[in-house]
Amino acid sequence: MPITDQEIQKLKETACSLRKDIIDITGWAGGAHIGGAMSMVEILAILYYKYLNIDSSRPNWEDRDRVILSKGHGGVGYAAFLASKGYFDKELLKEFNHFKSPFGMHLDGNKVPGVDVSTGSLGHGLPIAVGLSLGARLQKKNWKTYCILGDGECNEGSIWEAAMAASHFKLTNMITFVDRNKLMIDGPTEEVMGLEPFSDKWKAFGWIVKEAQGHDFKSLSEAIEFAQNETKAPVVIIANTIKGKGIDFMENQVKWHYGGLNSDLIEKAKQSVDRM
Amino acid sequence: MSEGLTWTVYDADTMTQAEIYGEVLCHLGDKYPNIVGLSADLANSTKIGKFGKKFPDRFFNVGIAEQNLFGVAAGLAKSGLIPFISSMAVFTSMRAAEQVRTDICYQKLNCKIIATHAGTSFGQAGTTHHCTEDLAIMRSFANMTVIVPADGIETANAIRECVEYPGPVYMRIGRGFEPKFYDNEDYGFKIGKGIEVHSGTDITIICCGVTVLQAVEAAKMLKEQDGLSVRVINMHTIKPLDEEIVKRAVLDTRRIVTIEDHNIIGGLGSAVAEVIAASGKGCAFTKVGIPDCFCEVGYPEDLCNYYKLDADGIMDKVREVMGKDFEEDEDWEDEV
Repeated sequence: MPITDQEIQKLKETACSLRKDIIDITGWAGGAHIGGAMSMVEILAILYYKYLNIDSSRPNWEDRDRVILSKGHGGVGYAAFLASKGYFDKELLKEFNHFKSPFGMHLDGNKVPGVDVSTGSLGHGLPIAVGLSLGARLQKKNWKTYCILGDGECNEGSIWEAAMAASHFKLTNMITFVDRNKLMIDGPTEEVMGLEPFSDKWKAFGWIVKEAQGHDFKSLSEAIEFAQNETKAPVVIIANTIKGKGIDFMENQVKWHYGGLNSDLIEKAKQSVDRM
Repeated sequence: MSEGLTWTVYDADTMTQAEIYGEVLCHLGDKYPNIVGLSADLANSTKIGKFGKKFPDRFFNVGIAEQNLFGVAAGLAKSGLIPFISSMAVFTSMRAAEQVRTDICYQKLNCKIIATHAGTSFGQAGTTHHCTEDLAIMRSFANMTVIVPADGIETANAIRECVEYPGPVYMRIGRGFEPKFYDNEDYGFKIGKGIEVHSGTDITIICCGVTVLQAVEAAKMLKEQDGLSVRVINMHTIKPLDEEIVKRAVLDTRRIVTIEDHNIIGGLGSAVAEVIAASGKGCAFTKVGIPDCFCEVGYPEDLCNYYKLDADGIMDKVREVMGKDFEEDEDWEDEV
């Protein structure tokens, strides 16, 4: 169902609140991959608060949609959303990264309710998404698999092995996002290892590409609904985003791939989010 | 040359051990609708193709892409299926080792990896196709079970048992030309339990895979020629290792030789050595296998002879260990 203005307004509020949660968790954790967590906030917000068929009281419900955060270092953002959906108490995130905590910076599906697949090593998510989608189709299940890739991780050969397989097997029950924030640890993606022409690469692998404004709910909504209704080939949504989005001193800054926040910076970061 | 190799690899009629695997999996496929098969363009060579022909909807050939192979398998397992994955051991254990470790072992997924052409069983193909490191690698992955069946019959037993054995399993078999050791399947195979296949009190040979038959041959000849009483243990499960049977061998025979078609570092010999060391008991000990080198090229029987993995070689090694001087004294105070 097309997104309404009222839904968009609500999602904006959710995104604002979740950005503040991520800032808090980064503070508690002593450091986290906050830049890439901020760039995918709208993607997670629209999935978790509009499109996913899930039930947080039954994290292992057989017919739920599956989510794979292939850019597993975004765990700090992922954890914030799962807590907000009620998979666990947000208070538990005060132990994020701490000794024997269930929450490491890359989330463990055997420890954290709501995490369908343990990720963290880049290039692993898309092959697993292909397997889940094949498994769903074979067992005549209607659930979908949503996979979120980082752009930097598309350097990995395994992404393209899986891309080849997804189109070969004509998998239309999986929807893939690329959080195209254009930065990786060592610098801009195009300087470290160029991805462009990125859309053409996916197209050449047999995918249908939808470009979206990754911080615009209307744009994301159109792309997702297109992908949900596609029946011929897998769809990738290349979501153009800004790393560190919402925190002025982090936006587009390579150094904020990973970082810690003291109380001063936490305050400044939250003020910046309020000004969005 | 390459034509000859290709022809031999695809010579289905003679690939007994792998063929048995393919057959058994087809039977299991009837019983368990949740079994699926995967390969990376080696469906025919590994014999999982038999399953693919019988259940085309339940078989996925992902092409020559091993990282994707194991990722897809993990996803299928996550959807509630039991994937059997087959490729050559060298690619299975090394080309995508991190996917096996992170996607399958870390998530404790019900994936059964059946690796063929292990050890020197495809010796003529050269180093790129030898695999003498897989046991060391796989045994170091938490949650992984590692099995090396002695022959086709034991492969059948192990395949059947691993379907309902929870979690990831790595099973290595040869190329299929390995001779039969067991006459039938009723000898009490159980994952994690070593089997005494020849009794003895002077020395114990602990072996796995193709070397089991050779070790028993050696034990019989050593009885005849040297009057030696040689115990032989088929240690088909490398992990979890049957520690009790090793400790009993230490106490009963005080001399142990391990035999494996694998680097002497990290495999069966190392696993046994760890148990012996932790037992705190004196024991003469030698590991026989590939002596930490890349193997010579050659047919498996020639390589087995060269690396002393055949009956003659094992006899030499046993005699060597029988001649070893070691301290049987329980009281080591005077030694240190």
